[in-house]
Amino acid sequence: MQRYFLSRLVQSVLLLFGVLVLVFFMVRITGDPARLMMPREASPEDIESFREAMGFNRPILIQFWDFFTGAIVGDFGKSLHFKTPALRMVMERMPATVELASIGLLMAVVVAIPLGLIGGFNPGSSADSIGRIVALLGQSIPNFWLALILILVFAVKLGWFPTFGRDELKSVVLPAFVLGLPTMGQIVRLTRSSVLEIRSEDFIRTAHSKGLDPRVIYIKHVLRNVLIPLVSVIGVQFGYMLGGSIYIETIFAWPGMGQLVEQAIGWRDFPLVQALAVFTSVVVLALNLLTDMSYVIIDPRVRYGD
Amino acid sequence: MATEQLQPADSLLDVERTFWDRLAYAGWFLWRDRSGIIGLLLFLVVVVAAIFSSQLSPYDPLEQNLRNNKMPPAWSAEGSWDHPFGTDNLGRDTLSRIIYGTRVSLTVGFFGVLIAGGIGLVFGSIAGYIGGRVDATIMGAVNLILSLPYLLFVVFIAAILGRSLLNVVLIFGITDSPIFARITRGEVLRIRESGYVESAISAGARRGRIIFDHILPNLIGPLITLATFEMSAMIFYEAGLGFLGLSVPPTIPSWGNMLASGRKYMLSSPWIATFPGLAIMFTSLGMNLLGDWLRDVLDPRLRRSRK
Repeated sequence: MQRYFLSRLVQSVLLLFGVLVLVFFMVRITGDPARLMMPREASPEDIESFREAMGFNRPILIQFWDFFTGAIVGDFGKSLHFKTPALRMVMERMPATVELASIGLLMAVVVAIPLGLIGGFNPGSSADSIGRIVALLGQSIPNFWLALILILVFAVKLGWFPTFGRDELKSVVLPAFVLGLPTMGQIVRLTRSSVLEIRSEDFIRTAHSKGLDPRVIYIKHVLRNVLIPLVSVIGVQFGYMLGGSIYIETIFAWPGMGQLVEQAIGWRDFPLVQALAVFTSVVVLALNLLTDMSYVIIDPRVRYGD
Repeated sequence: MATEQLQPADSLLDVERTFWDRLAYAGWFLWRDRSGIIGLLLFLVVVVAAIFSSQLSPYDPLEQNLRNNKMPPAWSAEGSWDHPFGTDNLGRDTLSRIIYGTRVSLTVGFFGVLIAGGIGLVFGSIAGYIGGRVDATIMGAVNLILSLPYLLFVVFIAAILGRSLLNVVLIFGITDSPIFARITRGEVLRIRESGYVESAISAGARRGRIIFDHILPNLIGPLITLATFEMSAMIFYEAGLGFLGLSVPPTIPSWGNMLASGRKYMLSSPWIATFPGLAIMFTSLGMNLLGDWLRDVLDPRLRRSRK
């Protein structure tokens, strides 16, 4: 098992290297990073002196080496807009996004798992139909659009929630719900299909024929096995929500990393965008690693590489 | 569950069937599954709207009429049937813009999936068929891209490349190809290990024959199903990019651009952003229903993967 953990760790480090390569070369795919980061109306002299100042005229491998060694110690250069270290800006915005995504995930899980379980245990029932509709709508409703509609109805017309910002406790309700909606759909679907699948397994039939109390079977045998795919999908979905926060935080003026991505792109502040992309990727890679490792704990059948 | 509707006799006779028998079978299956019919109809509405945009729209989608701007939809008090879904801040007819918007969405979805599917099919089958170090390299790149925060990187690339339809198609086509590669590789591995390929090899079939006669035909089902879901996702994400002002240029009527401009008038004239949102929702709904049905009819094994 230790060998598996070790190889998985090495793999994550390799992936991280890949992320740095991608992020470094992405701002160079148009050929001229100086032109990309300067305002459109900038004069050729301004662009030239900017190129000089940023070191974009040096050989590409030296630039990459600087970017790489900087990134390892958390130095992504200065934000062009704020003139402060880019990573510090990202860290200042992180708590708000983590709060939003965690509450969104929690809301999704609290609604979705019971719906999925009920649907899986009683396929065809009216509760099951509700679950399937939630799953389908969660997948089909554009959540950035739903956010506008919910603001109009619940914040403007009814006045139950603030329209934007992060000033009071209830400001989180609307953005978290909207951010978690696609995840809610996914989890309902997955829970339902896992329950259906596990119920038809041989070991469940055996448990029934042994005369075990159905409640014991549901809790000890079915639920425990449903947990395994759920853990992996929840890890993936958290990463997805970090991306989705770009829309939702922009709409709700939620002062997190997603809003910063949108602003940084508007300012053509690409050092800041690079810092945001690398940082978010690190979070997602770490989550994937944790998810894979938690399998070993939840599922005793899994014994990687032993 | 749809499995119960499948009669064993049908699947056993599969080999004997002609193309038309299979089509009739699929049609019968579709009729039994009402949600599949709804999905197909919604999808066909979008396709027809895209092909016949100029015949169906009552107005030119770019024609501005500032005297008639922000007209509410027909059923509200100040509305009129001249503009059933009202007009936007520049007096452009919302219905016509929605109809023309199908063109951008379908173009992005169709060509995006075509590129992603093409790249994914090539790399996925090479990885699955050759194996070894080639497989490890290709799958390493695939895993790298799939482990990134997808939306963030799409927004990042779109911001660098600038607004054009070609860029959007290329972005989705390239970033989505790893999913096709992964599914293709898995299917190729499974098919290669299957009894019928083994017996073909032992009967002396050449490599080309195995690839074209045995492996490729068996890939079509799972890939068509995946393509439907991915097309729906691309239409969805394209609208998202448009909403952030990073998709096609603002002069092209697209649902994302309509949302972006309508957002500013959400409080005074909510219909400007409401109708394009509904259009995205019904398109996505239709394609998801269609995808679920295709999965059941083409490939029951895929039923639990991914979505």
